[in-house]
Amino acid sequence: MNETVDGTFAAGFRWAFARDVRLAWRHPGETLLVIAFFILVASLFPLGVGADPGLLQRIGPGVIWVCALLAAFLSLPGIFAADYADGTLEQMALSPHPMAGWASGKIAAHWIASGLPLTILSPLIALQYGLAPDSLAVLACALALGTPLLSLLGAACGALTLGARGGGVLLALLALPLFVPVLIFGAGAAEAQATGLSPSPHLSLLGAGLIVGAMALPAAVCAAVRIALD
Amino acid sequence: MKALEVLALTCSRGVATLFRDLSFAVTQGEWLALRGPNGSGKTTLLRCVAGLARPDAGEVVWDGKPSRGSEGRFRAELVYVGHLPGIKEELSAEESLRDALALRGVRRDDAAIAAALAEAGLEKRKHLPARRLSAGQRRRIGLARLALDPALIWALDEPLTALDDEGQALFRRLLERHLARGGLGLIATHHALFPAPVRELRLGA
Repeated sequence: MNETVDGTFAAGFRWAFARDVRLAWRHPGETLLVIAFFILVASLFPLGVGADPGLLQRIGPGVIWVCALLAAFLSLPGIFAADYADGTLEQMALSPHPMAGWASGKIAAHWIASGLPLTILSPLIALQYGLAPDSLAVLACALALGTPLLSLLGAACGALTLGARGGGVLLALLALPLFVPVLIFGAGAAEAQATGLSPSPHLSLLGAGLIVGAMALPAAVCAAVRIALD
Repeated sequence: MKALEVLALTCSRGVATLFRDLSFAVTQGEWLALRGPNGSGKTTLLRCVAGLARPDAGEVVWDGKPSRGSEGRFRAELVYVGHLPGIKEELSAEESLRDALALRGVRRDDAAIAAALAEAGLEKRKHLPARRLSAGQRRRIGLARLALDPALIWALDEPLTALDDEGQALFRRLLERHLARGGLGLIATHHALFPAPVRELRLGA
């Protein structure tokens, strides 16, 4: 009588993704906080630097990217820390599924609850900066490619800081420098579009980064979780 | 008869060696009590067996096969319950139980889940979020999970903590049933438990 099944990557992914999306849906506070932070900070800049259309158009993509990056960072500490504190992380580690499966599922769910709403809202926010419609589209595309990479990088850093005292500050020191390339290519895409150049090199690099990140970073998360649980 | 064998396990934490060349075996239908003062390494031993902590040397063998190298298969056969309840504050007892079983790939129908919750005394509270439950009631969710999981190896760390007399009696019933169906246990406890363990392993002597 053996009713247990062999663990698979897909089953682990599905389990973690469904559970985390359900938790985020039931307690939308954290997602709303991320969105509110993004809208507020992005709206402060036009008020602060004055209503010079030329200046706003120039700084728009960069400012929106920095705001999105900081907003995404806000939601990072919770990605593994809550599961670590209540013991579900060790139960996940002891499940028959490979670690990379549920770790990827958690990262995907994190993106759904942070990166995706930011991407959807970004064209609306960018209107305040008077960006041209084609720049808006490029900005949203760049965010759609870049924010999953932010979730991946952030998850690896979040897993590394598990159990460390002052984990939040450490997380900022670890994660923010790693976000820099994403910021450069992400903001660069919309800027290139605005100056009449093709944004596709920037977008291609972001896409390539996302593919490499999706392949490599879940393994880094697994290694970090193993260390934290040992 | 399948057996869980621990071979020459050595584990240190920092500069202290908790145990060295520890070997023992538990076969189906038996349970081994881990005893020893606080800090003697009971939890670490359980975590080493479960595969959460990495021992310095030695190996854990299940049914003749080393657990390292066939982790997925081994983990499907083992339940570890530590100090942390492993349930989400936001989810109800029933959801936590379903999640925990789904994570382990165990399929149970609604009737079996309802019966396990009723046996654990959580029938009336099964829709409350876990943060409204007491520590003992959360432990009972864990007991309901033990009742439904077909895994043969139980690695339990102080399973009686926070349980009242009735809860402790429930645990004893579950343990008896587990042993009767060919399960085995490795249980760290300060309590006298019935059915009596086949052996006691004393750490930190």
